[in-house]
Amino acid sequence: MKRKIFLALAFTGALFVTSVKAQDDLMSMINQNEKPTVDYTTATFKSTHIVIGQSIETAPAGNLNFIITHHFGALNTGYENLYGLKQAAIRLGLEYGVTKWLGVAVGINTDKNTWDGSAKIKLLRQSKGAKKMPVSLDIFGNTAIYTTKWTDPTRTNFFTSRVTYAMQVLIARKFGNSVSLQITPSWVHKNLVPQTADNNDIFTLGAGGRVKLSQRVAINAEYHHLFAKQVVSTKAYDSFSLGVDIETGGHVFQIFLTNSYGEYEQTYLTDTRGKWSNGDIFLGFNINRMFTIVNHKTRKE
Amino acid sequence: MRTNYLILLFVATLSFSAGAQKYITKTGYVKLFSAASLEKIEASNRQVNSVLDGATGDFVFKVLLKSFEFEKALMQEHFNENYVESDKFPNSVFIGKVTNIKDVNLMKDGVYDVVVDGKLTMHGVTNPVKTKGTFEVKQGKVLGKAKFTLTLADYKISIPGAVVNNISKTVDITVDVTLDKAN
Repeated sequence: MKRKIFLALAFTGALFVTSVKAQDDLMSMINQNEKPTVDYTTATFKSTHIVIGQSIETAPAGNLNFIITHHFGALNTGYENLYGLKQAAIRLGLEYGVTKWLGVAVGINTDKNTWDGSAKIKLLRQSKGAKKMPVSLDIFGNTAIYTTKWTDPTRTNFFTSRVTYAMQVLIARKFGNSVSLQITPSWVHKNLVPQTADNNDIFTLGAGGRVKLSQRVAINAEYHHLFAKQVVSTKAYDSFSLGVDIETGGHVFQIFLTNSYGEYEQTYLTDTRGKWSNGDIFLGFNINRMFTIVNHKTRKE
Repeated sequence: MRTNYLILLFVATLSFSAGAQKYITKTGYVKLFSAASLEKIEASNRQVNSVLDGATGDFVFKVLLKSFEFEKALMQEHFNENYVESDKFPNSVFIGKVTNIKDVNLMKDGVYDVVVDGKLTMHGVTNPVKTKGTFEVKQGKVLGKAKFTLTLADYKISIPGAVVNNISKTVDITVDVTLDKAN
């Protein structure tokens, strides 16, 4: 009798074991059959700008990002100036994702009515899985043209004197879910500089990063070092900015402090007049609003 | 002597299970749909892996979450980044059984009602899932279809306060797989 019970138990046990084993076998069949996929890193940064400078992100293909950038006046200008609230530099920008690797943008700055146009090309995308790539790499280029009246109309002025260029290599890596770092070497070319001692070609090296505090809030910092003896006739400092990103659905709000009053590459890289230790700090924000222009159609049904 | 029987039985069960016809796909279709007052969210995944054991009814699925395609690129980013955290939990896995596999004649074309019972793992959380569906046997293939509803909170997927009214707390899942005989 005992043996029969034992036998029955053993039999049920064997059945149970085989059933679990069978499911495991099916799962390993899936794993063998699975197509190797490339796992591309997404959302290295929440916005196309880390704080005031470019990040490796572009608007997704078919999407239009409207970005409103606002820098108040310097905090150290005192109560009479309401700590900078009476002044503002504003840039309105539109950024469009042409493809998943090409973004184009146009902007208008209140600083000397400067128009800027740019393109950002994603050359490498960080990935793991079937294809391994440790970093994402973009090339960014822009042209800026100021359109206010000539400061000295009596001399011979050339249109080209209004034009400046910037070229950047953006190299970024996302470490896990919450930390991202970027290195940004930049080259600015100015057709006209104030004095002969000033360089027409100016090189800087920058670094930036973010740490996520929660899924929707991140802290960002960005620094650009201006190498010495390039900008001589004016006192230009390294640019440093510190900010918070808040993401709410289609918007990303970026609120920050910076010592750069300028809002496009040529200005904050080569013409940062403020010094943090003097309190020449500007409160600023970017409001990013993403519009879907071309839907990614769900094909079936 | 009895031990011999036991071994015989054990081996018999094993070989019975191993020798059974299996059905497989790597291009199965899963759709997510959630309708709320402001925003309709819909996503499709056409790279779903699934295997069915025709004899035991064992039925498993593996879904790569990054393969879901949304209408809006931003939704897709938020889905992966903020909701399912696909960097940490890249796959969703279902391990279960067709409990009435005996009612399905895989040799004969026709449509059969099936009950699927098992465990779904997503976002690091496992919950039981039971749903009714159909198997259509057609020229040696099995076309499986089912629909069921998930509650996001069961999988510890939280909706932030700012958008809590824009996003539905449940998601309707549609499964549509065409399983071919495995070699």
